[in-house]
Amino acid sequence: MAGGKEIRTKIKSVQNTRKITKAMEMVAASKMRKAQERMRAARPYSEKIRGLAAHLAAANVTEYRHPFLSKMVEGQAPKRIGIVVVSTDKGLCGGLNTNVLRMTLNAMRQWEAAGATTIKATCIGNKGLGFMQRLGANVVSHVVHLGDTPHLDKLIGPVKVMIDAFQAGELDVVYIVYTKFINTMRQEPVMEQLLPLTGDRLGTPKGSWDYLYEPDARVVIDDLLIRYIEALIYQAVAENMASEQSARMVAMKAATDNAGNVIKELQLIYNKARQASITKEISEIVGGAAAIAG
Amino acid sequence: MTMTVHVDVVSAEESIFSGLAEFVVLPGQAGELGILPGHMPLMTTIKPGAVRLKLPQQDQEELIFVAGGVLEVQPGLVTVLADTAIRGKDLDEAKALDAKRKAEEAMADRSAELDYARAQAELAEAVAQLSAIQKLRRK
Repeated sequence: MAGGKEIRTKIKSVQNTRKITKAMEMVAASKMRKAQERMRAARPYSEKIRGLAAHLAAANVTEYRHPFLSKMVEGQAPKRIGIVVVSTDKGLCGGLNTNVLRMTLNAMRQWEAAGATTIKATCIGNKGLGFMQRLGANVVSHVVHLGDTPHLDKLIGPVKVMIDAFQAGELDVVYIVYTKFINTMRQEPVMEQLLPLTGDRLGTPKGSWDYLYEPDARVVIDDLLIRYIEALIYQAVAENMASEQSARMVAMKAATDNAGNVIKELQLIYNKARQASITKEISEIVGGAAAIAG
Repeated sequence: MTMTVHVDVVSAEESIFSGLAEFVVLPGQAGELGILPGHMPLMTTIKPGAVRLKLPQQDQEELIFVAGGVLEVQPGLVTVLADTAIRGKDLDEAKALDAKRKAEEAMADRSAELDYARAQAELAEAVAQLSAIQKLRRK
């Protein structure tokens, strides 16, 4: 019975793998539900703050125009670019990070071809950080090990580095790239312009009135817009996490199914080998008996 | 029937309160603010402290602790955009510097893990939280 034992060991090992992938699938499914809830919980805040920012952008606060709301020079490729790359901390989630990082890489190549002089990166998540460092990109700040609950607290510092660079006039434009959660089966990498704030992103406010600002317009607008940018980034991170969990769930489900198929095939091979050895033994016995009788 | 105003208290991570109130007291940047229904449009930053809400048909006031944020008042609508962490120019600065330093360290030496900067930022945060609590107690 040649190879019988080896096949049995192999089946055992694939069965163990299947157990692990099955467990990961179920963990990801439960985490996904929570991540989706978190994504939804962040929505009222971002809607409110977007409404306010839209109002501010439309209101003619003539005495003070915030740098975030400045217009980009039309028809001219930006020379100094910042990019916020949102990726996951852990792997085993299908093509999620690959897609985001490919998009980043393509964009960076395009910018360089268009004559960009500086590209600064902020990495959120381990995978993106590792990739950008291997690439030799200028990583000005990063945050890793966010855990399962994204806390705005952890994002403030690294994001501020990028915002400060923009405010100081070191960057012309800041983009964010992350994975948008469409549904459980579909996640898409997207790149959006973060700064300067564009009109289409803000939308048009309903009705118009002027606020009483306290202590003055400048301080309030500064605070509000910083929070708006952070809310956008928080939303992106929350979406990325929901995407991560659902991508992992799908990937692990596929892995579990594949392991099942492999086990079936191996079982078939094993049964054939066993049957062959039994047939051989019987024919040997029959042959021997025939020789004695003959 | 008393007049009421719709109040929303939301943070980036969750919606904290949504409902009608007769009177709202907030720790504004320039001092304590009391908002009654029909207040004129106002936008201001708020300091860490308690938001007190007088709910209709209830004797007890609703208390919500906020770590600062932005307040928007429209006629008939009060929105508090609450921060999830204690903020401040220095604190944010410390966090940014911390992040910058970490990035530089990671570029220079990938094996070293210096937690000093982080500890410092955490200390600054803890001190800010303590002072916020003390302020709250004094009231």
